[in-house]
Amino acid sequence: MAVTRSDKPAPARAAAAKRALGADLGLTADDLLEMYRLVALARAVDERMWVLNRAGRIPFVISGQGHEGAQVGVTWALQKGKDWIAPFYRSIATCLTFGMTARDILTAQYATASDPSSGGRQMPGHYGSHEHNLVSVSSPVATQLLHAVGLALAAKIKKTGQVALTIMGEGSSNQGDVHEGLNFAAIHKLPFIFVVENNGYAISVPLARQVAGSSVAQRAAGYGIPGVTVDGSDVLACYAAAREAVDRARAGDGPTLIEAIVTRLTGHSSDDQQTKYRSEEELAADKAHDCVPTFRAQLADAGILTPEEEARIGAEITAAVDDATEYAESQPDPQPSTAMKWVYAEDWPSETPPAWGLGTPAEHPAESEPSEPAGEGVH
Amino acid sequence: MALRTFIEAVREGLREEMTRDENVIVLGEDVGKKGGVFLATDGLWAEFGDDRVIDTPLTESQIIGTSIGAAIGGLRPVAEIQFADFIHPAFNQLVSEAARLRYRSNNGYGAPMVVRAPYGGGVHGALYHSQSVEAFFTHVPGLKVVIPSTPYDAKGLLRSSIRDDDPVLFFEHKKMYRSVRGEVPDGEYTVPLGKAQVTHPGTQVTVIAYGLMAHYALEAADRVAEDGISVEVVDLRTLRPLDKETVLDSVRKTGKCLVVYEDNRFGGYGAEVSAIVAEEAFDYLDGPVTRIAGPDVPGVPYNHVLEEWFMVNPEKIADGIRKLAAY
Repeated sequence: MAVTRSDKPAPARAAAAKRALGADLGLTADDLLEMYRLVALARAVDERMWVLNRAGRIPFVISGQGHEGAQVGVTWALQKGKDWIAPFYRSIATCLTFGMTARDILTAQYATASDPSSGGRQMPGHYGSHEHNLVSVSSPVATQLLHAVGLALAAKIKKTGQVALTIMGEGSSNQGDVHEGLNFAAIHKLPFIFVVENNGYAISVPLARQVAGSSVAQRAAGYGIPGVTVDGSDVLACYAAAREAVDRARAGDGPTLIEAIVTRLTGHSSDDQQTKYRSEEELAADKAHDCVPTFRAQLADAGILTPEEEARIGAEITAAVDDATEYAESQPDPQPSTAMKWVYAEDWPSETPPAWGLGTPAEHPAESEPSEPAGEGVH
Repeated sequence: MALRTFIEAVREGLREEMTRDENVIVLGEDVGKKGGVFLATDGLWAEFGDDRVIDTPLTESQIIGTSIGAAIGGLRPVAEIQFADFIHPAFNQLVSEAARLRYRSNNGYGAPMVVRAPYGGGVHGALYHSQSVEAFFTHVPGLKVVIPSTPYDAKGLLRSSIRDDDPVLFFEHKKMYRSVRGEVPDGEYTVPLGKAQVTHPGTQVTVIAYGLMAHYALEAADRVAEDGISVEVVDLRTLRPLDKETVLDSVRKTGKCLVVYEDNRFGGYGAEVSAIVAEEAFDYLDGPVTRIAGPDVPGVPYNHVLEEWFMVNPEKIADGIRKLAAY
């Protein structure tokens, strides 16, 4: 059984109230514990993905490790079930915070028929859920910015009060769609938020070779909108920045650009070896800025995360990740008989199946030989 | 019934759909006060206002990408690309995003939107105001491609396209905007997507065409009738999904098939139609499936002598029919 927010723990302790961490932001101790649970859950799910990859159970991983704090902090400022997010391939914590479960994330890794993101059609990491207002992710980068701008346009025209937010890395932020979309959103003062999770690398190319001036946030000035830089390992600072952006958006004051400086604790993907282009010192420095222990220590120091609480949340997360793994392992593959569905909203006679037909039911991979771990591939 | 030019029918279709459904919006370059460079949206801004008739910056990718998002958000965007020649910056948004959204999300999302664009040559538009771009998009499952040839079909197909739950590319031959007139009913009607029409019945040769070429094919049919050749003209109207039944029924009857298109010959849309006919009507064919299509140069040249050389016209089609009929 996947963990949901309704499973959250008992009310805050007196110790939390005394220090009142986050009180200036309107966050309760319960909020903070739940935010911590989401950060830690995203990390645990992510780590499990790598274990499964190295064990030959899943062919490919693309990771969000180092990004979780920024993702939970930012997403917490939005209204779940109302606002929109167009995420990207590292958005595991974003998706969990907006309502997806550990099972949803792991069935995507196994590409099962029950994978809610795509029914096993897309590579892992391409999450999406209409139920949770998470727009389907594709592989061309930065295209989703325009979809969020369009959602913001629809919200403005229909006067729904919704905010649309998109997220990508700083490498993706160089795409032309970003310029076109920011310009349009700023002209029309759309309720739109652009979050850049700057981990310093576009696969192997460092920031200095991607971003002139080394700041994406500074580019906001060109559109006449606020651009703020925030420490991505500081969950509450990310929440504060996003809350301000949401307030501006809902008030009709237009878009905001938030650049969260995060770390990339893994290679670009399971097919990348980042020690080839990053020094040990740099990797160690990134690890020292890991958002998970940073947030854990902050909450512990504030007396909100007691050792008992930490143990309880940890056990809950382990159970959720184990459950999600078992569940995903047990789920059947999609059948070729479904592979021509949903090209269009209805079937069309002219979209004929191939000469070899629509196949016979495939064996479930759990019953067949494990595939070889992926080598140096296209990613 | 009223007599309408092609562009009047497009404009009426837009206006009536915007009146019927407040979720229908129009966006593109100069579509507002100016009413579009061809005046397809003339009067809509005055009637429906800034929110629903949006002048965009010169950003084709944004026009299409924003339309996708707006469609997800419950609107029915009708985007105008000023000339089909300028749709290429939006290729990624159309092919990677709009076309694949439903499939990749296993029907979680769709992109109900229309992209209108004037296409075609014969108007002194040269390389970058004359292109036929349909083959780039008919190749892509998930997109629908419509090219009407009459005011009646333009209005009826535009209505169906706006009401469709998938992305529709709606190409309008700019030479037809004011040169083609036709009867359009006063009341509401639609023309279904995915249905071709036999516009000239005949028995000896099938000519398959769309857009401006559907008119030229009719003229060619009249010319060769003087030579005693009976031609059946099929106007495809929707290129994808293709109405294979109407095409194959005609070819099985006549035994000969000529495919006409204005685009470059090599790899053009008509090549696919030819392949389908060759594969699925082989037993009925009394001659090779042939094509009359634009020459394989990178664009329509500007000089009028060169442009006339480039353009397929009724006489070039008639020659093709005569050769095939004699086979």
